[in-house]
Amino acid sequence: MKTMAFNEAIRTALHEEMQRDESVFVIGEDVATHGGPYKVTDGIAEAFPGRIFETPIAEAGIVGIGVGAAMAGMRPVVELMYLDFVTCAMDEVVNQAAKMRYMTGGQARVPMVIRLPCGIGRLLAAQHSQILESWFMHVPGLQVVVPSTPADAKGLFKTAVRSPDPVMFFEYKRIYTSKGEVPEGDYTIPIGQADVKREGEDATVVAIGPMVQKSLEAAVLLEDDGYDIEVVDPRSLSPLDVDTICESVRKTGRAIVCGEDSTFAGAASEIAAMIGENCFGDLKAPVRRIGSPHVPMPFSSELVKHVVPEKSHVIEAVNQSMAA
Amino acid sequence: MGVSVQIRGLKGSVSPLFTHLFSVQIFRDCSGNTHAEKTYSFIDLGTLTIWCHCLILQTPIPRVVGEIGRRIQTTGEKTYFRMTTNISKDLLMLMLERMWRIRHFELKLTEMYNAGEVGGVHLYIGQEAVAVGACAALKDSDYIAGNHRSHGHPIAKGANLKKAMAEIFGRIDGYCKGKGGSMHLADFSVGILGESGIVASSVPVATGAALASKLEGKDFVSAVFFGDGASNQGACHESMNLASVWDLPVLFICENNQYAVTTSYKDTVAVEHISDRAQAYNMPGILVDGQDAIAMYEATAQAVERARNGEGPTLIEALTYRFEDHSLGLEKIRKSEYREESEIDEWRLRDPLDLLTKSIVDSGTATPAECDAVSANAHAEVEEAAEFARNSPFPDESELYKDMFASDMPVV
Ligand SMILES: Cc1ncc(C[n+]2csc(CCOP(=O)(O)OP(=O)(O)O)c2C)c(N)n1
Ligand SMILES: [Mg+2]
Repeated sequence: MKTMAFNEAIRTALHEEMQRDESVFVIGEDVATHGGPYKVTDGIAEAFPGRIFETPIAEAGIVGIGVGAAMAGMRPVVELMYLDFVTCAMDEVVNQAAKMRYMTGGQARVPMVIRLPCGIGRLLAAQHSQILESWFMHVPGLQVVVPSTPADAKGLFKTAVRSPDPVMFFEYKRIYTSKGEVPEGDYTIPIGQADVKREGEDATVVAIGPMVQKSLEAAVLLEDDGYDIEVVDPRSLSPLDVDTICESVRKTGRAIVCGEDSTFAGAASEIAAMIGENCFGDLKAPVRRIGSPHVPMPFSSELVKHVVPEKSHVIEAVNQSMAA
Repeated sequence: MGVSVQIRGLKGSVSPLFTHLFSVQIFRDCSGNTHAEKTYSFIDLGTLTIWCHCLILQTPIPRVVGEIGRRIQTTGEKTYFRMTTNISKDLLMLMLERMWRIRHFELKLTEMYNAGEVGGVHLYIGQEAVAVGACAALKDSDYIAGNHRSHGHPIAKGANLKKAMAEIFGRIDGYCKGKGGSMHLADFSVGILGESGIVASSVPVATGAALASKLEGKDFVSAVFFGDGASNQGACHESMNLASVWDLPVLFICENNQYAVTTSYKDTVAVEHISDRAQAYNMPGILVDGQDAIAMYEATAQAVERARNGEGPTLIEALTYRFEDHSLGLEKIRKSEYREESEIDEWRLRDPLDLLTKSIVDSGTATPAECDAVSANAHAEVEEAAEFARNSPFPDESELYKDMFASDMPVV
């Protein structure tokens, strides 16, 4: 075990995978000189010359080139500087990468990772703070992975690189510098396996991305009220580990699903619906969702406060659920 | 201004036009000043027109090769040129004023960033002549659109400083009520279509406004400012092609400050000059000295005239430099130096404010004291704007749900 930051964990995983497999290469804007805005590709240019491509600003081209290279035998790791810019490459993600295998009756393969720094970081307003997990969950053929800790980031990233199919790898900007223990060496985590981050008996909090940490902190505070909270991190939103989530909800009888993205038609909503469908008989209270309101991210710090959910929201929702 | 120009070596007939070589010699005027070069703008040669430009460099005088749809090449050391006409004192002083407003605005932001009052923003320092020179050739009814580095563009178009500053403070008195921030300083009252933080996204938007001008039978033009980095986006190319096919009144103003974050345009642009690409879209492509507000003004004025006459779009490449880093705070996380100190120093010698002031003073248009007063005034305005911004209230939570749609709709 080694303590490292979230961005460092991904960097380590990338480094190890590039060492292990010569077909892995990196492509993106400012990835070499700059090491990427969040330092994830720092040092790759020096360690693997000729295997990192600093591109013009051309997201459609970058992702499309990734698709083609992947189909022809390579394993591209595509960096989009901010998730928001994936909107410039939606054809390449949705119509090409996601559908290629199916459309060709299984002949094509697109082993590609698209890295997506997302959510709020510095205050950069509506076009630089989006999350949009559910957009990609909705597209069959894409794997949607959302690590919440440095260890998960490393293990999931390595699996993503090795996956024979495209992976949308969500990296929440606000947790890049958060630190944690990370297993050394060849540590992988299967995609599609949720993780129970804390065991409890009274209510299940299903938390995505940075909400995991906030939920864990809320759970500690809720101990004072005598509540024993279980926190489940899906880690992968597609495929979704329905079994682990439902098992927890059946045990506790209460479910609160939280993410940072807007609740409306968001990832949390899909999970909530799935819980309702599968665990109706076990529920002692309605399933609750926590997320941001359905508005673009504003710039003003004072408005942002009312958008991004915090641990107080988790506490409030748990209390409501317990009172129901 | 009593200046003469000679064209030598202009030879050949119409068909091999693109291989013509001619040089433009600029003579000093009777009082020995070189600031007042006069040159041809259009030379009729058969059915085609040669758009010919001269230079700004005082010495040596470069030779210029120019053709429609082609970049202007020089055999001199640098590729600068400028066409000069008589510009009124009022306009020159207005340009100086707006450039100082931008400079002081950005310096104030730097100071406030260091004091923790505002967040990291993209500074326009070093590029002021591009926006101001171009906007000086536009009317209030013309549109501009900008990008992530767009404090300078609205100020150049005449936007209100107080509201601009309040927006960057995230306050209710900002242009966008604090919802947009630094990358969206849009003052719609002075003909601004908005700024967008998605690189190149304003290019098609401005093209659409030009289409509207045509459809509505109006004579407004639309100008879009975008970077060298943006010039590589598909949206940019798609727009230029369509604008040319449809003869739209749009000006594509590429501010080639030579870097996109840390990436040199030399590593990402296949041609030598971005303006070379105009040839592929069958529109004039002009390379302008972006440090020279007068050159920018004149190149833009020509393009505006063409656009208003229904002759379609122009690609103007303003060769310039950002004196500061990509954004405030970037130096803290940037891994390696991507620009030589010597290169930065060299460009700082061509400070657009110094150059314009020198032109104004050297031509006897205004005294150094008058120029200093312009700067001092702009400084005071910026200080006032900062004070205004600090005292403006934050938006109320209820603002969060407003402006989503034309009418209030339930928010889930
Ligand atoms: C579509 C998109 N891709 C990437 C970015 C991130 N980004 C912001 S500014 C910038 C560089 C832009 O360079 P250029 O167009 O030359 O403008 P400059 O910053 O030099 O003024 C990049 C890559 C973005 N905002 N939008
Ligand atoms: Mg640039």
